[in-house]
Amino acid sequence: MDYLIRFSQSHETFRLPEIQALAVIEGVDLKVVSYSLDPATNTSESPFCIVTLPSEDAAKRLIRRSILVQTIHGLWGSGPTLEDVHASVQFRTPQFWSRYLTCSFKFTLDSYQGSRTSEEKVRLINSFSYLAFAGPIVMKNPDEEFILFEDWPWGSTVQGIKEPKHYYFGRYIATGARDMPKKLDLKKRRYISTTSMDSELALVTANLALAAPGKLMYDPFVGTGSFPIACAQFGALTFGSDIDGRSIRGDSKKNTLRGNFEQYGLLGGLGGMFTADLTNTPIRRKPLGTNSDGVRGRIFDGIVCDPPYGVREGLRVLGVRDPEKTWVTSKGKEMYKLPDFIPPRKPYSFLAMLDDILQFSAQTLVDEGRLSFWMPTANDEDQEIPVPSHPYLETVSVCTQVFNKWSRRLITYRRIPDAQVDQEAMKRWEAEREKLVGKTADELNPFRKAYFNKFEVEN
Amino acid sequence: MKVLTLNFLSCAVKTCKSSSDSFPLHPKEAELAKDDVEINPQLLVNVLPRIDWAALRTTSTELGFPTLPDQPPTAEELEADEKMLQELHTLLMEMQIVEGKLVCGHCGHEYAIREGIANFLLPSHLV
Ligand SMILES: [Zn+2]
Repeated sequence: MDYLIRFSQSHETFRLPEIQALAVIEGVDLKVVSYSLDPATNTSESPFCIVTLPSEDAAKRLIRRSILVQTIHGLWGSGPTLEDVHASVQFRTPQFWSRYLTCSFKFTLDSYQGSRTSEEKVRLINSFSYLAFAGPIVMKNPDEEFILFEDWPWGSTVQGIKEPKHYYFGRYIATGARDMPKKLDLKKRRYISTTSMDSELALVTANLALAAPGKLMYDPFVGTGSFPIACAQFGALTFGSDIDGRSIRGDSKKNTLRGNFEQYGLLGGLGGMFTADLTNTPIRRKPLGTNSDGVRGRIFDGIVCDPPYGVREGLRVLGVRDPEKTWVTSKGKEMYKLPDFIPPRKPYSFLAMLDDILQFSAQTLVDEGRLSFWMPTANDEDQEIPVPSHPYLETVSVCTQVFNKWSRRLITYRRIPDAQVDQEAMKRWEAEREKLVGKTADELNPFRKAYFNKFEVEN
Repeated sequence: MKVLTLNFLSCAVKTCKSSSDSFPLHPKEAELAKDDVEINPQLLVNVLPRIDWAALRTTSTELGFPTLPDQPPTAEELEADEKMLQELHTLLMEMQIVEGKLVCGHCGHEYAIREGIANFLLPSHLV
């Protein structure tokens, strides 16, 4: 049967990837029948999407942890005019009508980007009187709610447009997890930093990475823990590391990463947090194989992160350019043995870091495990940074959040089984990676360079 | 950090990666704490194939926990063995290393753990 999804009006390019990921998590057979996204602007004028699902139960499961779905409805009819809606309701659904003859119910009108007078509302709702439901009309918590949706063109009130573009009529089934971002709202979180990912997008990221009970997730740039908290909220066991251990430790009292888990009652989902650098990671890894069993030797079901952009400070990696500099000892004391010791860092490139993340993910994700990470890029096509690739990882989705002069993308990959990997492509990938060694910081960090050039195209 | 984490961590020094002595790291002067966590058999079954069992046996003994069997249980055996589930749950999911050090058996480098957070950053002569 067909179902109507009504999305919340934000993050358009994230919508389909989120419900497609949720279909994987829930094992639901999902087919998208219609959803319009303008490829030029990556925006959608319509928050409505029609999908085919095997059952009402599948519809409930599909959206129960969706951040971007408001509601899902059994689709009874749709069309560009009200007459079309009635014709399709009368053609498709008479066999269902008898089920709702005596229950309490209400009819609602949802006019997206449009408005109707009370008289018009009554007229529209009364046009469905042939359904002949005889139960009591109850406005608060009725047994059933039937909704007529109208999809109006943008600015229709101002332009005096008289009719919506499209109508949908459906029976309410379930609501998404819109309360979850509120629960994890940064404004009410004990301990955050300027780079903490907002709770809505952190939860969407966790969905795309298929975080779920019994799964192991890792964030190698953990900061104050936004992604692990979102993953733990969905029942996963989470791990994280950061090059700056102070972000994990906080004030060592209540304002710590652990304190955040405590605040939400998620301590069971806190696996381990440690100070480390991805280029010298302590996480055990095996060389990439050609026919492994898909799990053994690998650890994680998902890797989620928002790597440092390197705009303000330039990316840094541990090590010194001049090994003669004696920062290791100071006043006869071996500084590096102190627990809070932070070694100096040498410039590290954005592109090399992306390669490190991909290579690390290929080595540590189990088959079908996912990597979801955020990456900035310029809006101008000429300066756009391509989606990085790795022969062991297949791109699942690319979502874009657009700002004024730049955008950030959430890129999701799945770890494919060794046997499906093109080993020749892997050799070429490794050769390309070698070329990155020895280039300058600006060459290696195209985003940083574009940022300092204010995203102007060079002639 | 949970004791489970220890099973995923080896020495960060590049020249140690090829040595089997760099994993597992050996806890030293470890101070343990226990979180009460609800048991999740599904999680333990999922975790089982990702665990290096020989390393876990070493860690368990070094931290003063009961000796684990030579061979890991299969998923079916684990699901049916409530005692084993509970033991692994306590060891892997509830026990936390709060303070102490982790020592590499190959190079001898000691990684400090403070407030449950281990520090794997290396001085430049080891990078
Ligand atoms: Zn070592």
